[in-house]
Amino acid sequence: MAAGAPAPAAPKPAVAAASPVSGAKPPAAPAAVAAPAKPAVAANTDAEMADITAKFEGLISKAPYEGVFINDPARLVEVATYVRDGLHFSMLSSITAVDYPKDGVIEVVYHATRVPSGGKPLCFKVRVPREDGKCSMPSLCGVYPGAEFQEREAYDLYGVRFEGNPDLRRILMWEGFAGWPMRKDWKEAYFEGETKPFETRWPAGKHELAEERVPWQDNVTFPKDFDPFSYTSKPDGNIYESMTGNRNSVQGFPDAPVVVDANGMNQPQADEFMDELKTDEIIVNMGPQHPSTHGVLRMVVKLDGETITDLKLALGYLHRNHEKIGERNTWLHNIPYTDRLDYICGLANEWGYVLGVERMMGITPTPRVEYLRILMAELTRIESHFWSIGFLLNDVGAFFTPALYFITERDFIIDLFESVAGSRLMCNYMRFGGVSRDFTEQQLQRAHELAFERLPRAIDELDHFLTENDILKARCIGVGYLPADRSVAYSLTGPCLRAAGVGYDVRKADPYGYYERFDWDVPVRYNADVYDRYLVRVQEMRESLKIVQQVLQRMSKDTKVGDIQAGKKAYNHRVPAGQTYARVETPKGELGFYLVSDGGQNPYRYHIRSSSFINLNSLKEMTVGYKVADSVVILGSLDIVLGEVDR
Amino acid sequence: MAIIGAGILKGLGVTMRHFVETYIEDFKYMGFNVDSSAVRRQNPKNRGLATIEYPKEKMPLPENFRYVPFLVEDTSKEEEKCTSCGICAKVCPPQCIWIERTEDPVTKRPVPQPKQFFIDSTICMNCGFCAEFCPFDAIKMDVNYEISYYPAEDYKTAAADAVAASIQDNVLPVHGGGAVGRLIFDKTGLMKSDVYHATIHPSDWAREVAERKPAPAAKAAPVAVAAPAAGLSAPKPAGPKMAGGPKMAAPAAGVVVPAAPIVSSEAPAPAVVSPPAQVPVTRPSKPKIVGHV
Repeated sequence: MAAGAPAPAAPKPAVAAASPVSGAKPPAAPAAVAAPAKPAVAANTDAEMADITAKFEGLISKAPYEGVFINDPARLVEVATYVRDGLHFSMLSSITAVDYPKDGVIEVVYHATRVPSGGKPLCFKVRVPREDGKCSMPSLCGVYPGAEFQEREAYDLYGVRFEGNPDLRRILMWEGFAGWPMRKDWKEAYFEGETKPFETRWPAGKHELAEERVPWQDNVTFPKDFDPFSYTSKPDGNIYESMTGNRNSVQGFPDAPVVVDANGMNQPQADEFMDELKTDEIIVNMGPQHPSTHGVLRMVVKLDGETITDLKLALGYLHRNHEKIGERNTWLHNIPYTDRLDYICGLANEWGYVLGVERMMGITPTPRVEYLRILMAELTRIESHFWSIGFLLNDVGAFFTPALYFITERDFIIDLFESVAGSRLMCNYMRFGGVSRDFTEQQLQRAHELAFERLPRAIDELDHFLTENDILKARCIGVGYLPADRSVAYSLTGPCLRAAGVGYDVRKADPYGYYERFDWDVPVRYNADVYDRYLVRVQEMRESLKIVQQVLQRMSKDTKVGDIQAGKKAYNHRVPAGQTYARVETPKGELGFYLVSDGGQNPYRYHIRSSSFINLNSLKEMTVGYKVADSVVILGSLDIVLGEVDR
Repeated sequence: MAIIGAGILKGLGVTMRHFVETYIEDFKYMGFNVDSSAVRRQNPKNRGLATIEYPKEKMPLPENFRYVPFLVEDTSKEEEKCTSCGICAKVCPPQCIWIERTEDPVTKRPVPQPKQFFIDSTICMNCGFCAEFCPFDAIKMDVNYEISYYPAEDYKTAAADAVAASIQDNVLPVHGGGAVGRLIFDKTGLMKSDVYHATIHPSDWAREVAERKPAPAAKAAPVAVAAPAAGLSAPKPAGPKMAGGPKMAAPAAGVVVPAAPIVSSEAPAPAVVSPPAQVPVTRPSKPKIVGHV
């Protein structure tokens, strides 16, 4: 246990008395804090909210349902700095916006978390007017660098201008797109109705293709003076412009060393050497169709010789406005849609969503349900890590031999999902207060075979096969270094954060389900490079296996067969008005669902705090200073899935 | 510090073992006529090759497997079970179900029978909510995942003659061939007998039969006639009281499960070997490819 961990485990009033650290200096490194075996988790954040209300008298008022309002947007930075330095909420989990057209405001909602001790997140909100021109507020990038992508997303979808964001461009929609698609008054192409179920389906349903009902051009609007037929694009002018002239300006850490070497390997080129070479800087596009980018991600890298000096991401190639679809859907409809976020680990996503809705509805699932959920979620973690390690090896250059070995193992897990839930990836397994199907005896037997024979052997073989491999070590050790304090500041979560020595795992930090009843640990390593991320994943697979084994051993004793639904199964849920931020630990990191209900059949707001998306925020800092070939490996070690990045 | 290259050699040893194990399977079963290598290879105890040669071989599907839904026809009454209550259309997340309710021509009151029923499989996301929430067990998920065809443009053009011809030639045996388009099925296109449903979902069917109110045993006789009319071989009797068709099994016996899946005449018999976790289901015969000649 290293010193310097600022986060107290439980809210203590004493913290309030301590003089707040003012100014823009980042917090002292909370580095290298091993996961506590049993962290004391704060049940709520009442004490903290009372604290800031007292500290900023007159500025703070209590918000309905959750959190506090900061009444003067101009003073947001001041409050956020105190939240970070005085109250030690060192990570900004989520930023999102909610549109309230009736009040004429857009509410920007922040959730800050203590890392690694966890507890409930602290929620603070700011309201700004909706009108164009007035819809602006200060950026929090200076306090929490991890805010950058999320602010850009809120700007892109809601039109809130964050003054001071270093790169306030559209991020998911394309340049030149007009309108703010997540606002309540925005209508998508082939708009049919505000909410589902649509009335044209029943009782007088006549099949009609959306394309024929609304011909193209009737549903698209263009900015004034824009003619799509005569327009020739200046290819990505904005993204290139944003890359010229701000070399190495890492927001919030102006004097940060760009690269630190961990084990004496892969020492990056010294600057003087590059200066002697007098190389030219060139900008190279990688992707969106590139085998190394795991989907349709586009990296624009600025190179000095072969060394990366700047990196920008162009996202949104897979954007489908999942959140808007979610707000048109009923509460139930959203469950299968969450499978499609991160399609490698659909069951983990489902859990996050049903967890949020269950909290709002006050449903407690039955023990059998909790056991089955843990079983499925941990098997998902194992299969996702198999996948990610396999493809990391692809990125390193071991083309498909390891990947296919691991995909074979993963397939056994997925076969089990198919046999239980009916589908391999799009399981659609969880329900509010329940799951869709129980395991049969044969399926339990198959799970036993996997958990006690096949998978332990497979993980041992993986370890034996790769861990000591000299080429792998040469490519991974010391690459993609991002130290603990900056990982936290960038809101990095998941195995990548734990490889930086921060034992933050939502399963322990903000527990859900029955995780506390099982014996398992959070693996942590300290070198914060690609190799340690790999090792953390291997260890996590073993820990997940431990949980799966315990579940299988205890399930028949502790639970009743067939008891898979708490309360009555329904399809037309009405969720009481309220808000919640539910989060789970998916294999990729913290997946959060910020849900707002107005008491109706449909979510008023359905926001996804996507770990893949936010982890990409730190890619630039991990990559700058390394070679192009390393950037591929670093991206592989982040383990992103574009379905969740672009949503 | 270990010897440089030792880790690589260790790893190559693993590769070598995998290479050898690839052939173990072949040697182990040499001389035995094991018909389904797919079943074998799906077993976690198998250490050799895990792949099979699709489409020559196919993985056995579990009973819970789901694909685009179909409407269940009550073979005893020769009409659909659907009452057009509309729940499936409401729970459908992508809203791919359209139902037109029948009205009594005189009283204008709704009749519990759909006049028309559409499923647009180009929209369907195979989530299974419709089957899960249907209170009448009238819509079920299918198992045939090979519904693609050629050329692509035909999916929405009515192409009525083409579809009609294809029905005659039995080109699209899967969904009879809706009049709307190749992938947009109407009521006739969606309808399949409950015998088919019992075949692909034996345990689901058993539950349904058990839940149904026991009817007088006398009623069973006409059903037994009706069921073979749909093209059945009668299921193998399992229990002492087990009788013929799926409908009659329920009232006659307390035991309900059709022991062997009932086989529809169109489909080949299911594989005999059943792996522990999966019930192999009958696959509808392979759709011929339209357009390729």
